[in-house]
Amino acid sequence: MISLPLARQRALTRRRFVIGAGLGGTGLCRAGALAAPATPAPPSSGIPPAAPDTRFDLAIGPVGVNVTGRPARAIGINGTTPAPILRWRQGDTVELTVTNQLREPSSIHWHGIRLPADMDGVPGLSFAGIPPGGRFTYRFRLHQSGTYWYHSHSGFQEQIGLYGALIVDPRAGYAQPFDREYVIVLSDWTDVDPADIVSNLKFQSDYYNFRQRTVGTFVRDAARQGLGPTIADRLRWGAMNMAPTDISDVSGIIYTYLINGCAPAANWTGLFRPGERVRLRVINAASMTLFDVRIPGLTMQVVQADGNDVEPVPVDEFRIAPAETYDVIVTPSGPGPYTIFAQSEDRTGYARGTLATAPGQTGPIPPMDPRPLRTMADMGMAGMDTPHRDMPGMDMTGKEQGAMPPGMKMDTAPAPTPSTPPAPPLGVEMQNIAQMPTSRLAEPGAGLEGNGRRVLTYADLRATIPGADPRPPSREITLRLTGNMERFIWGFDGRKFSEAPPIRLRVGERVRFVLINDTMMEHPIHLHGLWSELENGHGAFRPYKHTIIVKPGERLSYLVTADEPGLWAYHCHLLYHMEVGMFRTVVVA
Amino acid sequence: MRARLPATLALILCTGTAHAADGGTTGGMDEAPVAYVGGMPPVMDHMLYSHALLDEFEARANSHGGQFRYDGQAWFGTDYDKLWLKSEGTVGTDGRFGDGDHEVLYDRAVSRYFDVQSGVRVDIDAGPTRAWGAVGVEGLALYFFQLEATAYFSDRGAAARLQGSYDLLLTNRLILQPQVEMNLYSTNDRARGNGRGLSDLDTGLRLRYEWHRKIAPYLGVTYTSSFDQAASMARARGQRVHGVNVTAGIRLWF
Repeated sequence: MISLPLARQRALTRRRFVIGAGLGGTGLCRAGALAAPATPAPPSSGIPPAAPDTRFDLAIGPVGVNVTGRPARAIGINGTTPAPILRWRQGDTVELTVTNQLREPSSIHWHGIRLPADMDGVPGLSFAGIPPGGRFTYRFRLHQSGTYWYHSHSGFQEQIGLYGALIVDPRAGYAQPFDREYVIVLSDWTDVDPADIVSNLKFQSDYYNFRQRTVGTFVRDAARQGLGPTIADRLRWGAMNMAPTDISDVSGIIYTYLINGCAPAANWTGLFRPGERVRLRVINAASMTLFDVRIPGLTMQVVQADGNDVEPVPVDEFRIAPAETYDVIVTPSGPGPYTIFAQSEDRTGYARGTLATAPGQTGPIPPMDPRPLRTMADMGMAGMDTPHRDMPGMDMTGKEQGAMPPGMKMDTAPAPTPSTPPAPPLGVEMQNIAQMPTSRLAEPGAGLEGNGRRVLTYADLRATIPGADPRPPSREITLRLTGNMERFIWGFDGRKFSEAPPIRLRVGERVRFVLINDTMMEHPIHLHGLWSELENGHGAFRPYKHTIIVKPGERLSYLVTADEPGLWAYHCHLLYHMEVGMFRTVVVA
Repeated sequence: MRARLPATLALILCTGTAHAADGGTTGGMDEAPVAYVGGMPPVMDHMLYSHALLDEFEARANSHGGQFRYDGQAWFGTDYDKLWLKSEGTVGTDGRFGDGDHEVLYDRAVSRYFDVQSGVRVDIDAGPTRAWGAVGVEGLALYFFQLEATAYFSDRGAAARLQGSYDLLLTNRLILQPQVEMNLYSTNDRARGNGRGLSDLDTGLRLRYEWHRKIAPYLGVTYTSSFDQAASMARARGQRVHGVNVTAGIRLWF
């Protein structure tokens, strides 16, 4: 699908995640550290423009990069990847003239921005895309404020660099004051052609997983837990033809994890003065990677999620899925330096940057946590747990309750209703059915349980203002997140996009979406154009999100007001899941 | 399912609309198709993929001489429908190309882990040529056993082949693979040396190193044997009935 000449795929002979072209940060990820010599443009500085603007000229074009030590072709905007940070102001009407200098069609989607459907930038749904050499002018009014991002919605362009940060300043000023701000754009870079990645996964779904269980781990587990339980555990997974080591489809074996376009060795650096309140606008622009973000030595006040203010939550760490954003405020009292450490969920690599008082400083890099293993709860069989699991569900009720606002109820998801449709039968596109899906909103996620740190959960998110639409939902739409890892087919209700009808909503309708995850992986589900109001037990103060992680074996729900007519995209934001069929059209008419 | 998918594909290709397939199971879905802007679907989940796997590409040696053997498969198609090619053969100690079996199959995904295959098999090597109709299954049995079972039919009778293998991960790159292939025939074919009943068996234990997922050299031990009628034929020709070989090769896929 991608016609740009990409670097040929190379031998997967060793892990490359810490290899960066930088010389160790003496500046803000030294200009030129990422860009190849032919391309003078440095990657994003992470420093937002001082003032908002309303008119922009954006040129999509090829960009030479060198992340792994070899020159490669990326796609950027105005000569950079990540694309320039755009700063807008709530209430303004912005006009963006986008020129496509590629030899293939392109597009830009304004992720999380509420706008008319024809401005949403999804080829086939919003418009016909921007042809090679063509131009498209986006024009829309900004009703909202917050941290968002923009990216291509064409093929795999998002994987190879076509993404950037968006900031919309609130008209009424910021609820949480800060002295300094940085954008932290997380991403996953690979020199491998994305079309090859999908093709490889279709042939061998564990192609990029070099952390599977082996004879060695069998012996170790048998020594720890006894031979009988270990054999029973192996047989249980074998009987499903599934592997508990299946965490990420694409791993650090080919990915280099970036902060603002900088590899770990290039060490993106943000400067501060001790005592300042520093706002970090964290955006996960990765294609396939969930990150666990922390800054050892600093407490992060989470003040915003997906562009909407939440009651501040002090945490040590948070998980961020592709397309989510979190704004956190840190107040370093000492000089640091402090390492921004974002490990991939499967622990095969990390993105790393530094908050420092002078360029060139580096803080210690913590070791990566043990990799998580999938459990029977992830299979939707809570209570039929494997013996070696340390019961995160139990753990959470005790640990997290203190952090919850008063009056918070634990029964966060609505009780299963008789209207829940039966699961489709097992088949080509349906590898597993979550027999007993549970609410997992109060769990931090695989690999984060009981790590001794305060980790954000979805149950912690409480909006600062009550929701705009107090009506109860008039109906429920239940969707199962399904797939077959072995065949690398993903979809909803056992069907890919091309086999399924659209989801139809009436204009002005208020509906409840209920999602049940039958698969063994997290899926960040993104509804374009309309807010997803997560029902996490905070009543009218439920958080407004645009992208919601559904954990394996989880059942959750959110409310949607269909107040904007048109064709909207609805999909898993893991890029390769979307492209192979985990996608639906939502028709609001 | 068989009828639906090509129809869906045709609709997308010809009219640029997604076909509302048989009834939605959940609220909010109904049958009407959506007209996509410019006739382009927003994602391309019906792509064609192609791969080839050369599972065995190996030299075998024993006290009586050496052999060369290959066994490979290739496919081209979508998630559900594929053109599937299989080929194997052995160059014996005498330099003759034997055991040449080549198949062209239509492959249809039918369950979580299994595909049904049907088509033709031709035996082309230094011996007389034979042609068969073929029907079989290929996939992943539970506990990750790779399995192929195919039945063959011709005017000479019927035949069957069973193949199985299992990957035992010593480490994530060092993989021990036991493998077995058995051929059965309903009648004797003296010209090709195939005997009624279990005719021959080819089994191996290979230790491969996945230096790259697609390039894995291996060392192993293989054992071949003829049985019963086929064994008698082999003896009559002065050929060995069974033998153990030291084996070295490379597993490749593309």
